[in-house]
Amino acid sequence: MTALLSASGLGLFRGERRLFGDIGFALNAGNLLLVEGANGSGKTSLLRVIAGLVEPDTGSVRWRGLDVRDHRQSYCASLMWSGHKVGCKQDLTLIENLRCERALRPIAARDQQAVFRRLDLAGLTDLPMRALSAGQQRRVALARLLLGNAELWLLDEPFTNLDAGGEALVNQLVDEHLDAGGACVMASHRGVATDRPIERLSLS
Amino acid sequence: MTPDLPPLPPLPRLRDGLLAVLRRDLLLAMQRPGDVLNPLFFFAVVSTLFPLAIGPDAELLRAIGPGVVWVAALLAALLSLHSVFLGDFEDGSLEQLLLSAQPLPLIVLAKTAAHWLLSGLPLVIVSPVIALSYDLAPASLVAMPVTLALGTASLSLIGVVAAALTVGLNRGNALLGLLVLPLAMPVLIFGARTVSLAASGDGIAAGVYFLGAYCMLAVTLAPFATAAALRISNE
Amino acid sequence: MWIFFHKLASPPHFYALAARLVPWLAAAAALLIGYGTWAGLFVAPPDYQQGDAFRIIYVHVPAAYLSMMAYMVMAVAAGIGLIWRMKLAHAVAAGAAPVGAWFTFLALATGSIWGRPMWGTWWEWGDPRLTSELILLFLYFGYMALRASIDDPGRADRASAVLAMVGAVNVPIIHFSVEWWSSLHQGPTLVRRDGPAIEAAMLYPLLAMIIGFTLLFAALLLSRVRAEVLFRERRARWVARLVRNEGGSA
Repeated sequence: MTALLSASGLGLFRGERRLFGDIGFALNAGNLLLVEGANGSGKTSLLRVIAGLVEPDTGSVRWRGLDVRDHRQSYCASLMWSGHKVGCKQDLTLIENLRCERALRPIAARDQQAVFRRLDLAGLTDLPMRALSAGQQRRVALARLLLGNAELWLLDEPFTNLDAGGEALVNQLVDEHLDAGGACVMASHRGVATDRPIERLSLS
Repeated sequence: MTPDLPPLPPLPRLRDGLLAVLRRDLLLAMQRPGDVLNPLFFFAVVSTLFPLAIGPDAELLRAIGPGVVWVAALLAALLSLHSVFLGDFEDGSLEQLLLSAQPLPLIVLAKTAAHWLLSGLPLVIVSPVIALSYDLAPASLVAMPVTLALGTASLSLIGVVAAALTVGLNRGNALLGLLVLPLAMPVLIFGARTVSLAASGDGIAAGVYFLGAYCMLAVTLAPFATAAALRISNE
Repeated sequence: MWIFFHKLASPPHFYALAARLVPWLAAAAALLIGYGTWAGLFVAPPDYQQGDAFRIIYVHVPAAYLSMMAYMVMAVAAGIGLIWRMKLAHAVAAGAAPVGAWFTFLALATGSIWGRPMWGTWWEWGDPRLTSELILLFLYFGYMALRASIDDPGRADRASAVLAMVGAVNVPIIHFSVEWWSSLHQGPTLVRRDGPAIEAAMLYPLLAMIIGFTLLFAALLLSRVRAEVLFRERRARWVARLVRNEGGSA
């Protein structure tokens, strides 16, 4: 059986420096891949390679056995990316931001208001994003994950700026996503609490 | 044997994607009306510089009028190119656009359309007034907005390629002019000459056809070049 | 055939092959340019209208032709590099740009010197070919400036490749529009339907110069690409081996 997401021989150079080389993994539905490593070890770069934002110098990433470079659209329709930056327009409200989002990717048939309530965003939907705190903006990124209908989550340091309640929430959301048959790749220097099988990938 | 992909969840329609990005960019511009008005003022001020620098010789001004207005429009349109992708690049929305399920050239086309509506169209509307101030013949009052409409659209399309190539570079702004202006020469030549021809009472069809053809070519090719450039710049 | 291409694309093979080719190309170029210069200056009769001033075409025409040629080489190499992810092709594009820019500059300088006795000015805006050469020079500048301002070599290669291809689409359009803009220059003299319009004693040196300049371009390009490949592969094992061997033999 082909893995949901797999990679072999991934290598990336930045100018002179080799960030990583010969990275390989195979991730099945319901599993989590945790990318670990110190600051500057290339966690973010690896995640960006997996997302298809950066072309690796060697190796390839495959989605259901197909090279993602050749099947970009179906791959992109199957993934949600949450990076360092929240990726929302600061001058627009949460509702306006999500409205644009709806036209860009498949959206889950979830009750939007219920998602907002769960993430403590219910009273904030008509404020411009600028008015939200860093932690609240993180929660907006989580709301986008929940509303997007994607099998694969790519999360780069999802715990940044979140309080204890927020961290627990991330763990819970990832758990639910894996239970529902999704897969997740997470870069984090701190572990994640889930009962599902975790594969670890250490960058040094 | 190639494994088959399971059916994707229903994707949003192409037209919805185009309109959503266009709408978003227009909404953002409405939050900062200054960004729209600045190029327009710049256009007016540059057009004023020439009579002041050259002297109030009506005959001479009438002769250089079409060229001056066109150069001013070119520079004004250039002014706003730098910011086409900069905001998206800085707040991370560019990554989200690159990873969206919509084809990237389509998104780029929407952003280009927004850029033209915000920077090109105002110039087109104001240009007859500037042409009047140079005392151009009545025929050129029509030729000016028509050629400018086609010309600024081509300029937005080509300029956005260069904007995509320079997004995220430190000295991107100065470089942008060096990349765009040589490519914009045909548009400038045909635009300005056509207005001159109109002013002297000649036919303008040849110039308008050329500008139209150039615009069509740019619409067909530029979004693909921009999409490729964006992926490279965002690495 | 494919094996040949595959071998050519591998840096050590290219490096060795280019090393063998460059002296031959350079020698042939020197021979042809030498003959062309001598024949152009002393054998060809003076033009009945332009006198001896016309002799500058022996430099101007080949330089102008190669300025366009170099841009096309650059754009095609850039396209190959972008589409087939071939690193050697990017090195060729990087090497072609400065050489092409120099030929463009040479064409502009000789054209301007020629213009002095012909039109009485150093620069004639009414001349479409000189004007499009000038725009071509700006296109080269833009290409080199973009390449220089991106730190990561892989990104610089691909970003400038996109620009080169956009430019290549525009070069004929620029040429055509400048032509439309004004037509003061003399018509094409070399290629006509009823055979060349200039006499053989003038023509042969010109052909020799054109071929000689082309070979010179090839030699310069290969040398530049060799240096480029060596620099890009400076961490590779074959370069280390090369340095060790040359160090041992010296």
